[in-house]
Amino acid sequence: MSRAPLPYNPKILELFRNPKNLGKMEDATVKAVAGNPMCGDMITFYLKINEHDVIEKASFESYGCAANIATSSIVTEMIKGITLEDAWKISYKSVAESVGGLPSIKFHCGILAVGALKRAIRKYYETKGTRPSWLEKEPSFEEKQALEEEELAKVLSKKMKLEEGKKC
Amino acid sequence: MLTQVECGLIENVKELLKAHEGLKHEVYLDNENSSILPDEVVEAMLPYYNRRAYGNPTLTHKPGWEAFETIMESAQKVATFLGCKTLEEVNFTPGETEANNLAIMGAAIPMSEKGRKIVISEVEPLSVLNVAEMLQKRGFTVAKIPVDSEGLISLEKLEQAVDKETVLVSLSTVNHEIGTIQPIKEAVEIVRGRNSNAMFHTDASDAYGKIPFNVQDLGVDLATVSSYKILGPRGIGALYVRERVNVERILEGQIGTQRLWPGVENTPLIVGFTTASELVFQNFEANRTRMQEWRDKLIDGITCGIPDVLLNGPAGDKRAPDNVNTSFLRCEGEALTIELSLNGVYVSSGSACSRRLLQPSHVLVAIGRKFDEAHGSILMKVTRMHTEEDINHTLKIVPRAVQRIRGITGSTGVGR
Repeated sequence: MSRAPLPYNPKILELFRNPKNLGKMEDATVKAVAGNPMCGDMITFYLKINEHDVIEKASFESYGCAANIATSSIVTEMIKGITLEDAWKISYKSVAESVGGLPSIKFHCGILAVGALKRAIRKYYETKGTRPSWLEKEPSFEEKQALEEEELAKVLSKKMKLEEGKKC
Repeated sequence: MLTQVECGLIENVKELLKAHEGLKHEVYLDNENSSILPDEVVEAMLPYYNRRAYGNPTLTHKPGWEAFETIMESAQKVATFLGCKTLEEVNFTPGETEANNLAIMGAAIPMSEKGRKIVISEVEPLSVLNVAEMLQKRGFTVAKIPVDSEGLISLEKLEQAVDKETVLVSLSTVNHEIGTIQPIKEAVEIVRGRNSNAMFHTDASDAYGKIPFNVQDLGVDLATVSSYKILGPRGIGALYVRERVNVERILEGQIGTQRLWPGVENTPLIVGFTTASELVFQNFEANRTRMQEWRDKLIDGITCGIPDVLLNGPAGDKRAPDNVNTSFLRCEGEALTIELSLNGVYVSSGSACSRRLLQPSHVLVAIGRKFDEAHGSILMKVTRMHTEEDINHTLKIVPRAVQRIRGITGSTGVGR
């Protein structure tokens, strides 16, 4: 079904109107960013992690559409109170399900939110100087996708500068 | 039978509509994409569905002759408003998209033995841009004239681009997104000077009824006009084709009163378009002044009242009287359109998300807006029907909506 406009479901609308866990966290243990404003979506996650590697609290800031805001918000709800190992198991599909389904054109919002989460988890262990056995060495699908979007933004930025140069 | 997914989408949209219940004041400003018809236009159309002229105008009976008479009188009126020599020069089409497709394909393809170059600008509507690109895949070359930071085409580059191979030049009179009024008369003179065989088409959908526009004064060969852009019904427009200019049909079928568009004529829509034209031209100057007043009040209120806002397109007389296009930094456009909708203000955005495309508005990118600036753009088009209360209400709602969306953005992306 490719018919536009794609109406958001009530859960996404509710999270858009009243996002949970919104805002910068001053005492965050780790902060991670994914996406680029050039591509129209970018997420920042703030995680407060305790000594047992449990996420005590999570918050987000989001530059993006309603689906981006809703998926970021739901991820912060899904990871609250769980271990980093369990948080790592969250997939973009489970995020899409948790917001009541995403239109196919908005799947990338769920992917970006999970990409930002996994980036935060990886960053936490990198700062700690350890790597638990469950943490894959290779970037996950969602991390790769986030990276791809950021690379695309760089390419677009270069292309624009080149075209700007041609005009002069 | 509807699939489960389709049922879900219908339920979703019902919930979205429910979220709008209780709105006390609604302001429709998305006149770029569709419009509200004045009662006079609806009333003028209604008898033509079931009271009179409901016949096919090519047939030999009373309802058919009534339809013929109605369509010819309508064409005569539209021809007068456009400044045509004869009513034969007006060809009704189902809208701007179809008229532009007809103009580009119908003019360029028959000329392909003489030349295969089409010249357009970087800021043309998709119904020109995409058609030209389609022809490019079929052996034509397409030159796109760049624009400056206000969207004005470079006449110098136009002169360089038009050569002996050029069969068609298509440049909009007024840009549909940012309202830039183009120097069409000068452009026509340049094209004629470079290649007298090249045809000149202009999409005048945002000029007709909004700025002085006369096909003979400008010297164009082809011109597109659209009904809903002047508060007429959707699904009808026209292509002006200057007499003795060769344009061929792009669709085949039963030919009726419209030489270039087959199929049964939609008499009620033609009447609606004509009535909308009469209404707009009856008080042309007063309507234009009123639109300009609303436009400037919105632009001033938004750019002075909200920090970090950019005006897209020129200011003052170089801009169409109805166009308000601004970019709100740190504010994603689709999210903003939804927030505004929930508060009763209906607009559109040039963001990639809002447009269901991978890239933001090509017009905003062409004037040098960065992608994130384009993603945060909002387009409003005012009409003579708006009231001072509508404009004041919009100026009350927009700053709050921007503030809330910027609150979600927080520090994300700042300084990148």
